[in-house]
Amino acid sequence: MRRFVLIAVPYLWLAALFLIPFAIVLKISLSDVALARPPYFPQLDLSTGWEGFTSFFAELDFENFWFLTTDDLYWKAYLSSLQIALTSTLMTLLVGYPIAYAMARAAPEWRPTLLMLVILPFWTSFLIRVYAWMGILSNEGLLNQFLLWLGVINEPLTILNTNTAVYIGIVYTYLPFMILPIYSALERMDDSLLEAAEDLGCSRLGAFWLVTVPLSKNGIIAGCFLVFIPTIGEFVIPSLLGGSGTLMIGKVLWEEFFSNRDWPVASAVAVILLLILVIPIILFQRNEQKQREAEG
Amino acid sequence: MRRFSWFNATALTLGFAFLYIPMIILVIYSFNASKLVTVWAGFSTQWYGELVRNEEFLNAAWVTIKVAVMSSTIATVLGTMAAYVLVRAGRFGGRTLFSGMIYAPLVMPEVITGLSLLLLFIGIGLDRGVLTIVLAHTTFSMCYVSVVVSSRLVSFDKSLEEAALDLGCSPFEAFRLVTLPIIAPAVVSGWLLAFTLSLDDLVIASFTTGPSATTLPIKIFSAVRLGVSPEINALSTIMIAIVTIGVITASLVTKQAAVRQARDERMAERPA
Repeated sequence: MRRFVLIAVPYLWLAALFLIPFAIVLKISLSDVALARPPYFPQLDLSTGWEGFTSFFAELDFENFWFLTTDDLYWKAYLSSLQIALTSTLMTLLVGYPIAYAMARAAPEWRPTLLMLVILPFWTSFLIRVYAWMGILSNEGLLNQFLLWLGVINEPLTILNTNTAVYIGIVYTYLPFMILPIYSALERMDDSLLEAAEDLGCSRLGAFWLVTVPLSKNGIIAGCFLVFIPTIGEFVIPSLLGGSGTLMIGKVLWEEFFSNRDWPVASAVAVILLLILVIPIILFQRNEQKQREAEG
Repeated sequence: MRRFSWFNATALTLGFAFLYIPMIILVIYSFNASKLVTVWAGFSTQWYGELVRNEEFLNAAWVTIKVAVMSSTIATVLGTMAAYVLVRAGRFGGRTLFSGMIYAPLVMPEVITGLSLLLLFIGIGLDRGVLTIVLAHTTFSMCYVSVVVSSRLVSFDKSLEEAALDLGCSPFEAFRLVTLPIIAPAVVSGWLLAFTLSLDDLVIASFTTGPSATTLPIKIFSAVRLGVSPEINALSTIMIAIVTIGVITASLVTKQAAVRQARDERMAERPA
């Protein structure tokens, strides 16, 4: 009995507030927009019995999905989200790997402090960390002032409200997610392997490519997924740092819902986004499982 | 002996500079006398004064804290239960679905979670406000809590629980007297994680809130959309200070606890 309650409570909570909401999104994505409250059609009307049920299903169609394929905006937004997510994941990897590597090579008594310094920004508000860049990247911002003072440029660069600013924002906010898994893979590495490689005639760079990188492969994969997956649906960064030219699907969905009040199209956008994410999520889970098995 | 070269030193210096300089600049400019955030015009604490007098921000802060305390507390209870079920309950019907529902919200884009919960609340005719934000935050943060707690449950020795049961404890007593004290650090860090996630959330709160409840992130977002403002810098500084003090205190406390536990274990091992 106790066991039943223990299982049932979290189970029902998640079913009611996670699973059922998805069923509703799916249903509304198949409905039509209507000038009513709530603003979609058809409504499920059970007062007419079975007939109401069948006529409800007869009214559902894939019109919204068809609409998404005909309007350029949507597939361009999906593609550009994927492209931005992919590029910024690679950039985060390039920035994060040397930091994780250096942390793993630091003296053991320093490592907890370094680790805390990486984790600390993660606890600070995401919104504030993105906001911090607005003051730095604007035309009169500190970066431009600094570059003008150095004499590198003669006119301020336009960085804020461009894709460049979006990339900087993503790399900055997601960097801890990249550093931590790579660090934990590198920290476990046995140094004698490197010595063996060098004894056997490898250069230091060669030993790095042939020994260190393959051994940190799982950390790299985990870090890349941890950055890539949330970036695709990102909303805050493109809306604060991006410009009118920055197309990202999270922003499109938000505007479809709050500005256009087209709930069915917003729901259809969400359903497709989820379908796109299913593949990387499954790959990520598989990688995690493989790692657990390797450790266990 | 590991080699610590100039390369590593440069990587660390540049890396931490990149992570911290933006926040340091934010803090410095919160003490700027000028309304223009990018021009330094002397030291001043006037923006803090304006912030304290700004009722809207104070109200939003109060709503945010209320939501965070309620949602993280419920999420900790539910998340710990879920972790216990995942690790200890063995097989039951729908276990795969259950673990899927625990892990899925961790990778779900916030816009989708927010949209789907809003459509649910409208569908069942629930008035949007503090209650709906609490329900939404509890749902996604309980998954984080359960991941944190279950990793601790996996690593600890099940025979301790079995010993308690053999010695006449009821399952609930065994949980309260043996399991809970051992997993307590994970439960506390789960609560802290849920609390900060709730404090920080903009997207899900925007979808699930109504006109009666504005949280701090919603307020900050609508203010900074129009551009940089020194008042927001002051607010950010306060939030950064709270988090920094919190994280440092927490790490010192856990370090002390680890030292104490190690000492206790040494004492226990010594033959009487």
